[in-house]
Amino acid sequence: MSTGPRLEMIGVRKRFGATVALDGVDLSVLPGECHALVGQNGAGKSTLVKVLSGAHPADQGELRIEGAPYRPHSPIDGRRRGVAMIYQELSLAPHLSVEANIVLGVEPARWGWLDRRETRRLALEALAQLHHPEIHPEARTGSLTVAQQQIVEIARALAIGCRVLVLDEPTSSISQRDADQLFVLIDRLRGQGLSIVYISHFIEECKRVAQRYTVLRDGRTVGGGAMADATPAQIVDLMVGQKVGHLYPRSARTPGEEILSLEGLAGLEKPSRADLSLRRGEVLGIAGLVGAGRTEMLRSVFGLDPVRSGSVRVGAYAGPASPARRWSQGMGFVSEDRKNEGLALGLSVADNLTLSKLERIVLPQRQDSAARKWIELLSIRCRDSSQCMSDLSGGNQQKIALARLLHHDVDILLLDEPTRGIDVASKAQLYQKIDDLVSRSGKAVILVSSYIPELLGTCDRIAVMCRGRLGPARPAGLLDEHALILEATGEAA
Amino acid sequence: MSGRSLLIRLGPLLGLFAVFLFFLFKVWSHTGRNVFATPENLQTIALQSAIVGMAGLGMTMIILSGGIDLSVGSTVALTSVTVAALLKFQGWPAFPAACGAVLAGGLCGLLNGVLVTQLRVVPFIVTLGTMLIFRGAAKGLADERTVIPGASMLDSLLDVGSVLPSGVWLLAILAAVVALLLRYTRFGRHLYATGSSEAAARLCGVPITRVKIQAYVLGGLFAGMAGLLQYSRLTMGDPTAAPGLELDVITAVVIGGGSLAGGEGSVIGTLIGALYMPTIRNGCSQTGWAPWKSEIAAGVIIIIAVATDRWRHRRGL
Repeated sequence: MSTGPRLEMIGVRKRFGATVALDGVDLSVLPGECHALVGQNGAGKSTLVKVLSGAHPADQGELRIEGAPYRPHSPIDGRRRGVAMIYQELSLAPHLSVEANIVLGVEPARWGWLDRRETRRLALEALAQLHHPEIHPEARTGSLTVAQQQIVEIARALAIGCRVLVLDEPTSSISQRDADQLFVLIDRLRGQGLSIVYISHFIEECKRVAQRYTVLRDGRTVGGGAMADATPAQIVDLMVGQKVGHLYPRSARTPGEEILSLEGLAGLEKPSRADLSLRRGEVLGIAGLVGAGRTEMLRSVFGLDPVRSGSVRVGAYAGPASPARRWSQGMGFVSEDRKNEGLALGLSVADNLTLSKLERIVLPQRQDSAARKWIELLSIRCRDSSQCMSDLSGGNQQKIALARLLHHDVDILLLDEPTRGIDVASKAQLYQKIDDLVSRSGKAVILVSSYIPELLGTCDRIAVMCRGRLGPARPAGLLDEHALILEATGEAA
Repeated sequence: MSGRSLLIRLGPLLGLFAVFLFFLFKVWSHTGRNVFATPENLQTIALQSAIVGMAGLGMTMIILSGGIDLSVGSTVALTSVTVAALLKFQGWPAFPAACGAVLAGGLCGLLNGVLVTQLRVVPFIVTLGTMLIFRGAAKGLADERTVIPGASMLDSLLDVGSVLPSGVWLLAILAAVVALLLRYTRFGRHLYATGSSEAAARLCGVPITRVKIQAYVLGGLFAGMAGLLQYSRLTMGDPTAAPGLELDVITAVVIGGGSLAGGEGSVIGTLIGALYMPTIRNGCSQTGWAPWKSEIAAGVIIIIAVATDRWRHRRGL
């Protein structure tokens, strides 16, 4: 057996069109090691995972497994060669039994007939190896808890003989107790010689399970080393790097009267508690990790998700919420899911723009002139207002989603990741527009973003949501990237 | 409207024209003279299309909203029995009886709409159930027999005597109304938006539940109108009438550019689509083909028509 690294990546590069996703990644994982991969949102972790799995081929650079070149041409090929991924979104067939899932794709068969005894043996062996005998091989997978399903997925990886196991944010949707059990399991698998790549935002967790770490920033490996020698603060320093300036215009803003307030707002699952007060003429930022409950909070405020307890007051109104009511109260929402919820991609630009504010009788000419006005004001690139939404670029689509709020002339704008996946030029225009809205027109904006420089650049106050709880809003001038990341990852306290 | 999108709209019409020419020559070579493109024969085709077209107006709205209605054939049978029963057993005059029947169709649609939106069962299953329910109700109402009332002015809706019978005019007027409704009203835009992206429509404050129920009620009302035409064609109420009509109606909408995923479809397309099946059936019988051959031909033409339509859409031609 070789004593060299189990998995090696050297100078891996990957670009999608004009965007460079990976710009020189080096990673080396030893046998029997758990290796933490950390980085901010957009640092390139998910692209790296996709390259590793075989979903995307690398443009440049080398990948090796136990010294031999590794160039998977598909995820199945990657699995066959011993690299298994466990994604945040589990990929199990919920209607099949546990054992059927474990052998899915590698079903033992004799002349085309399923070998049920061999299936059972493989499943029991894998589950026993994980010390989870309480999961019955015949149980319906959909009836298990998320943590148990995760175990089934790991069992599946073991059943096909994986040598490198990649866990992508494995604790994001399970309880603390289940997470602790998972860490014990990872230690055990490591003892059996398996190599594990552990991806997480939670530095505390990484310190608990990993022996070494690698930090990614802007698609590049910027540091790494032995976990025992690093403090969380040092790792965050590496994640943050230098700041970007001048992208964010900021005129003089004078906050006016309170226009929206939340008191003890709780949704069905998330958020567990959110209190905030929003005033005219300010941008309030919400920072936090993906899955912390920020989107759910906005959706509950807007009447898209149910409210379990607590109150939402818009101006003087505190009654029940529905999107139609919120629009008429002067509130608008830009969804983070632009393709499915933010816009109706099959409809025209004009229809999308005016959908929330249609008169009983719709005159296409009037729709067109309204749309033209916004197309010109926001310099949206499209042929004409009757063009199908799906023909437009991401940045232009996002401008239409924002223009809908402007056309409706709402006072409160809830913006959920409005700059995700759009180019820098469009981002700059959106920041400019947001600044105009609050400083000139006295509107109020809540901006949810995972990109912290953007929050620091555009917001007057920022609150952090961590595991369903919204912290107090503090002036952006008193905060820095470092402090926000620590608070978002639950390290501040 | 740009030339490109006009061509997309007219695509089904070109296809129909091709089918028409095909049978024109086929019939000519079979019989040695033109018996296909005669006023009488074209009128027959128009009459046969009118029932499908009328029900298709409602189905267009239902499919636009992202739904489907498999119960439309049964609703047509139920309403045609209803009008016959009101005329014969209740002794109602023609006009109130007709209104009663259309109203019964609307109630059928209301039931569909309420079940679809409140039970949260997919429309395919709900209307599969109501298809049996309405058919059973029609048979019960007619006591499993045909109901034959005396002559009334309703008989003349599809009367072959006039050049274009009043039923066809009625269809033309209602089609224009629906086309205006879809293009110039908030309700029309809400239909398109709901079918195109329910989540986006909801976000924009579109009352999804109400829009869907309205679509099914309108679908039921138009099925009721189609039931009147059905009654007029047979001049009696037959509870076993219009078997499989729902498939002809759905086919008409889809050939006319409607998408079963919702958000796409048009009145003019549906009306053109409604002409396909009668044209094919009529042409096949005039050519002297056996019924089994004409069924295969109809199936082949439907698949070709829809496949080329989708292909043109993808290519943006």
